Amino acid sequence: MSNKGSIIYLEEVTVDYDGFKALNNLNLIVEYNELRVVIGPNGAGKTTLLDVICGKTTPASGRVIFGKDINLIGKREDQISALGIGRKFQAPSIYANLTVWENLDLSLKRESKGIFATLMSKPTATEYRTIDEALETIGLKDHPHRLAGSLSHGQKQWLEIGMVILQDPLLLLVDEPVAGMTDKETEQTGLLLQALAEKHAVIVIEHDMEFVRQIARTVTVLHEGAVICEGPVEKVQADDRVREIYLGRQKVAYT
Amino acid sequence: MQGRELTGVKDRLGIGAIAGVAALALFVWGEFARAVEASAAPVLSVPSIAGPLALADVKALTERLASDDPAVHDQAFRIIIQTGDARFLVLLDEAVVDADRATRVAVKPVKDLLKNKLKLASETDDVRRSAAADLGTSRQLSAVPWLERAAANEPNRWVRYAMEESAALLQLTVGETVLKARAATILGELQSQNGLPALKEFVQQAASDPVSREANQPALRAAQGAIEQIELWSTWANVFETVFRGISLSSILLIMSVGLAIVFGLMGVINMAHGELMMVGAYATFVTQELFKAFLPPHLFDAYFLVALPVSFLVAGICGLILEATVIRFLYGRPLETMLATWGVSLVLIQSARVYFGDLTAVTAPAWLSGGAQVMVGVYLPYNRLFIIGLSVLCVTGIYVLLFRSNLGLRVRAVTQNRNMSACLGIPTRKVDAYTFAFGSGLAGLAGCALTLVGNVEPGLGQNYIVDSFMVVVTGGVGKLAGTIVAALGIGSLNKFLEPSFGAVYGKVFILVLVILFLQRRPSGLYALKGRQVD
Amino acid sequence: MIAEAADEKPRDGGEGLTFWFLGLVLLIILPALNVLPSDDSWLHVSDFTLNRFGKFLAFAILALGLDLIWGYTGILSLGHGVFFGIGAYCIGMHLMLTIGTESVYGNDLPDFMVWNQVKELPLFWKPFYSFWVAVLGAILVPVFCALIFGFLAFRSRIKGVYFAIITQAVALSAWLVFNRNETNLGGTNGLTDFKQILGFRLSESGTQRALYVITVLALGGAYFLCRWIIQSRAGKVLVAIRDSEQRVFFSGYSPATYKLFVFVVSAGLAGLAGMLYVPQVGIITPGQIGVLPSLEMVIWVAVGGRGTLIGAIIGAVGVNFGRSILTNYFPELWPFFLGGLFIAVVLIFPDGLVGLMRRLTIGSVRKTLGLEKPSAASEGAQP
Repeated sequence: MSNKGSIIYLEEVTVDYDGFKALNNLNLIVEYNELRVVIGPNGAGKTTLLDVICGKTTPASGRVIFGKDINLIGKREDQISALGIGRKFQAPSIYANLTVWENLDLSLKRESKGIFATLMSKPTATEYRTIDEALETIGLKDHPHRLAGSLSHGQKQWLEIGMVILQDPLLLLVDEPVAGMTDKETEQTGLLLQALAEKHAVIVIEHDMEFVRQIARTVTVLHEGAVICEGPVEKVQADDRVREIYLGRQKVAYT
Repeated sequence: MQGRELTGVKDRLGIGAIAGVAALALFVWGEFARAVEASAAPVLSVPSIAGPLALADVKALTERLASDDPAVHDQAFRIIIQTGDARFLVLLDEAVVDADRATRVAVKPVKDLLKNKLKLASETDDVRRSAAADLGTSRQLSAVPWLERAAANEPNRWVRYAMEESAALLQLTVGETVLKARAATILGELQSQNGLPALKEFVQQAASDPVSREANQPALRAAQGAIEQIELWSTWANVFETVFRGISLSSILLIMSVGLAIVFGLMGVINMAHGELMMVGAYATFVTQELFKAFLPPHLFDAYFLVALPVSFLVAGICGLILEATVIRFLYGRPLETMLATWGVSLVLIQSARVYFGDLTAVTAPAWLSGGAQVMVGVYLPYNRLFIIGLSVLCVTGIYVLLFRSNLGLRVRAVTQNRNMSACLGIPTRKVDAYTFAFGSGLAGLAGCALTLVGNVEPGLGQNYIVDSFMVVVTGGVGKLAGTIVAALGIGSLNKFLEPSFGAVYGKVFILVLVILFLQRRPSGLYALKGRQVD
Repeated sequence: MIAEAADEKPRDGGEGLTFWFLGLVLLIILPALNVLPSDDSWLHVSDFTLNRFGKFLAFAILALGLDLIWGYTGILSLGHGVFFGIGAYCIGMHLMLTIGTESVYGNDLPDFMVWNQVKELPLFWKPFYSFWVAVLGAILVPVFCALIFGFLAFRSRIKGVYFAIITQAVALSAWLVFNRNETNLGGTNGLTDFKQILGFRLSESGTQRALYVITVLALGGAYFLCRWIIQSRAGKVLVAIRDSEQRVFFSGYSPATYKLFVFVVSAGLAGLAGMLYVPQVGIITPGQIGVLPSLEMVIWVAVGGRGTLIGAIIGAVGVNFGRSILTNYFPELWPFFLGGLFIAVVLIFPDGLVGLMRRLTIGSVRKTLGLEKPSAASEGAQP
């Protein structure tokens, strides 16, 4: 695939939950190898945006195009995942009753993830090496055979990141990666995301402005299901409407 | 502060229950009073029309009745029919005590005819009505004027209907040819179900007999028209009755599943012992009845059912509370395990009932719920089923008020939507769970109480309905009352609609297939809560 | 790196040992004790006992399949009695046809058909003259049914409680249909009075012994099949589905496919169990395939310990053994006992007998050794 053009393209996307518009004619374009941070107050539709991209939620209207011309609407989550979109959830979503190693092994990008392939195939030496590298990256090198459910919260977050990395996606969706992490872990996560953005496109949802400043190049601000501002961190912070949303709610109430 | 608010909730709950029972009492009181009045009236009271007759005269008459000579027979017949009264009937019975067989055989139809003639003047609606119906098939043309006279003075619509029907029927079967056309037309206009076989027979006969064909031509045409008219009507009457039976079954399903659905929505728990709580309600009704029999005067017996309603609600509710506290409480977040554990509870309950009460008992429906109302020709609505429908409407209204107009309801809805957030806001979620579970169980008890009106009380009672009510919950979806109502109505009515053509068994199979196909389109039921799901 | 792959396995090592030990007892020692010692020796295993164990082991095959879908994948099916029943009826129909003119009415048709005044053998009975069609049918018909039902159910993401309820409704429907006379499956009385299988008299102890041995071998085969599945990556996907189905989607697997696969396998095993059950017990009625039997099957697995294959076997044999004793001496108490078992197994020992034993042994071993190193089993409990 060429590195020209957008990796994900959303046009006029609307998601309707019983009359409540979680997304309202939203437009968003993310380029290849871009690290995009999406911010916005609670209920702005950030998580819904990721849900739409990865197939968990079907929009009422609009277009979602992946890469050059792959329409994502109507595809199942696993099909979208196979196309090269990985997702890390807000609350760590791992397989608690499998070991760390098995968690990573299941996530590893493979030719086929059908039932017969998984019944028959054994991990190859290359795959062992890849998983070992990932273990190293996420700092779980010493615990490959611990049950994932017994890891600490931060370790689980990292394990999930590791799982998503092993999928080797073209586009990575990351939902509040540093929630509940210590300052040091946060910083490491930031470095990791930046490193990932070298090879993959990444969309990060985040509340922590400190963290946003650390990693962001381009920031998109969502409010009430639509994009209200987009640009470099400085520009966004200087934007009146953004300040209004975050700071000046009273002002809106007066007018 | 929480505690005080909670007692407020309890008070409201209590007031609601009392108001419900009171409304129910008003609802049935009219019918009750009427039924008591009716049962106190004498069965037979006949005005005397003839002078004193001696036993000897009667004996002579009966002998002439048995005569081979038609003229002699007819004369005796006419005398008896025209002068006979209640006292005469008694004499008639005495007269044939030692008569020979031929006389007895000859007297029998005359006696029946006379009896029915006298009954036409009875004070009881049902007696007059059945007498009229009997006369209709007596093939005695002399009964026609009686019926017409009686019909002219008849106050009750459906008795009058039976009289007119019988008169026309007699005209058609044994009357003069010229009057037959009119009789057939009348039968057709009356939509007479009883007249249908006679009309068909007439058409067949008249058509096959070339001699009388010409003379019968107008009557034949009238009869054919009448048959069409009646058959069309009976199709509609059938549809109507099927709908009614469907609604009635739906009502039972609804009372059962609405409790199940609320609990499922709130706690994500399916209570497999729900059917057994219904059984508990049925046995509570049974025990209430037995207590009334044993300790209270008989004239109060009919009131037992009004007492049984709250009793069954409370007993089942308390059982539910115990079940929640001992089993379900420990299984939050493990819905599948809860199903298994509650199924275990249901086995224990069934076997306990079997050991204690034996296999089969029945509740005597109170007098004011037996019988029914005729609303159209061929459509008869039994009171017990009407009562059940009324009860379910009342229940749903009560639940609606409780859920949307009370403090408890607000909390239930809050916990249903977001348990953690509710807990953070200081709602005692566990208590809300316990009360809701008890309330749902109480509703099952109420359903059990209602069920005693239409079926036996047996330990396996709940099992017959439980799978259907699960299907209602699955189809209706979680979180909205309307879903459960629509699903209960749909599944109950469909059951009754499919029964005639598919049979009960294949009807059920068919419904299962429909539900599975329906879930293809809407995996979480009719009305699912939309929004960001927290997995 | 290879070493890492090696220490993947040991978690199942203990279970394997138990299996081989059990296999030895069941396959060689029990039949030997049936044949060799004289009838009055205390070592003698009677024909009756052997036959009864044959029945239990047939149930164990079903329990393995059920464990695969419930214990590993977390899908509760309350309709496995139906698959068991289909398998049982398939072989039952064949056995009915081999009765021939030995029947009460001396007619070629099965007795109940004569009784119901059926003049000619229904078309769907005809293939079952062949033994091999019956054997294949006993496995393939349940597989086919599971394929259709599972496809519809999993495609539309019916899961959890919903799936359990729907399968229960299926069990109820099947029970109702099998009970009908016009389906020509023997109605309430089912199929019985079998005389022979492949020319061997069913009443002879040699035939029953052979059936017993076949059942043990089939159980062994089923065990290895299940073991192979759960140790493959597909097996890990099954556990993953139980833990977090959503994550499975985003790891690029289609959970529906895996669920369908495991559902179909377990249906096939249930059919196999039904097939082995019938010639040993000599009767199959709708009563064995309804709602309650289907639930009981789940309890076998729960009692033994779900999520362990050996647990499913122990549970099936144990519960049924207890049942045959209790229903013999205290028939009124059995429902209480069964109900209590349902409640207890969920509330008190959710990991079943195997979990109980493991907890006890691990606890005592750790205590005596004074070890603090957390083991895999108890690790999950720590924060």
